[in-house]
Amino acid sequence: MGVRILKGGMCTTIQDFGRTGWQNMGIRVCGVMDRRSFRIANLLLDNPENEAVMECTLIGPTLEFTSSMIISVTGGDFRPTLNDDPMPMYTAVYVTKGDVLRLGTAVTGRTCYIAFSNYLQIPVVMGSRSTDLTAGIGGFKGRALQAGDYIESRIKRRKYLPNFLSRTLPVREFDEDHATIRVVMGPQDDMFSRKGIETFLNSEYTVSGSFDRMGVRLDGRFIESKRGSDILSDGTVLGAIQVPSHGKPIVLLADHQTTGGYAKIAVAAGTDLPKLVQRRVGDHIRFQRITVEEAQQLASAEEKELQAMRNQIHRPCREVLECRLTAGRLKKLFPAE
Amino acid sequence: MTLNLTIVPEGDSALLIRFEQKINPAVNAQVLACMKAVREMQIEGISDLVPGYASLMVCYRPQVISYKALKERLAGMEIDTEAAAAETRTVVIPVCYGGEYGPDLAACAKRAGMSEEAFTALHCSVSYPVYMLGFMPGFPYLGGLDERLVTPRLETPRVKIPAGSVGIGGSQTGIYPMDSPGGWNLIGRTPLKIYDPMRQEPFLIHPGDLVRFVPVDEEEYHRLAQEVL
Repeated sequence: MGVRILKGGMCTTIQDFGRTGWQNMGIRVCGVMDRRSFRIANLLLDNPENEAVMECTLIGPTLEFTSSMIISVTGGDFRPTLNDDPMPMYTAVYVTKGDVLRLGTAVTGRTCYIAFSNYLQIPVVMGSRSTDLTAGIGGFKGRALQAGDYIESRIKRRKYLPNFLSRTLPVREFDEDHATIRVVMGPQDDMFSRKGIETFLNSEYTVSGSFDRMGVRLDGRFIESKRGSDILSDGTVLGAIQVPSHGKPIVLLADHQTTGGYAKIAVAAGTDLPKLVQRRVGDHIRFQRITVEEAQQLASAEEKELQAMRNQIHRPCREVLECRLTAGRLKKLFPAE
Repeated sequence: MTLNLTIVPEGDSALLIRFEQKINPAVNAQVLACMKAVREMQIEGISDLVPGYASLMVCYRPQVISYKALKERLAGMEIDTEAAAAETRTVVIPVCYGGEYGPDLAACAKRAGMSEEAFTALHCSVSYPVYMLGFMPGFPYLGGLDERLVTPRLETPRVKIPAGSVGIGGSQTGIYPMDSPGGWNLIGRTPLKIYDPMRQEPFLIHPGDLVRFVPVDEEEYHRLAQEVL
């Protein structure tokens, strides 16, 4: 009763929102790179918000199911197939014993998520099922999935979901090769010259190949600091934009260290991080300044958007509605004997 | 005591409380007292408190509390540095110095112009304040290394340093919580696991503790190592 990994893909890990509450002990948060796609994957299956999923990077895994369940795939387009037939993304899909899900190479974005209605049997370590690759804890044996791994389902039922045919969303994201990332300036923007800040906000940066779960380096114009950019090490967050003395920004991502010694010129708004982590090498990025209040309003707006999606997938499906109407009419034509 | 705190946003889900930007025990004591005060306020929505040398990062869920509301609550906070200092624990770390456990001790001692014994005694002579943990799980940033023991990092970092290694990197001394690459000079090793994710309490050392090293011989090292298992 579970999922067998036939091929691991480039870096497929178990993730949830991450391991919070332990950062003061040097434990990294980890967790999913693209929280929006992660949440939509679970939402499609009425899973708990923080249910663990598989996060796939650039080249996806091949999985064989050993029991029936419902799955969903969201995020970048990895051209998923089920038993060699194209499988829709952003849709709840019923799979049964022996079915093979194959994810290819990312055509758009670089990360996608697979959620499971029967949940994955993964132990909780320090409050999370997320894989911490650098510390080798959490997830499946603290590492990326490999061929031959087998993950049990945590519950046996949940093979059916109400309004099953409605569980599809017309979402298509990450197609473009550029993005504008809104940022909250600081906490160390005062270490950069006026010219440095202008450069940061008014020029285009290119996504380099130095891009992993810890962070992404951007190429572009030199950001001038006032007197170097070393600071006394302090706490770092997902989306923090560090500028070391080489003057090129580094955006810290899910597996970032808990503390760091480089000045952070700004931090990306949480709602814009998915756009950032789904960028491909060579894509262009611009930064736009907003206030912390505006960033928090964007977060509230996204909550409403996700609630609307939740409502949409719980509406009875049109075809089903029409069936009922038809059945009702038939009933009148052929009254019970 | 009410301190004049600087609070700035660190994105939309964290804020940074800044103190005087200096590495010293008095400033760090304020940071840790502040962390204790914030914890005791039990503000709903706070997910993490991360001390730095001279700052405290507060991570929060903006869906639960806004930046403005959190900043207002924190600005009026009372910090009692003395009460926090009174709770300081001392963690004793037994270390087998030199030999196979401390391959760089001889070179460090020679560079400092003293015997290995004198170098070891000096390293064990003071209690080191734990300013913060970071870099890897349970890695303590210790202050207070005697100037005579300062040794530059190795030119070529080692690929694998065993867990428990005690080293000196520049003006810092510390303990590697897990096997990792690193460029510090290794002067000894402790049989204790300062980090063990499978243990009820995974971390031996917490921010704000004092760490004291005590020399043990190889026999005692092995006896302690057995106990740990």
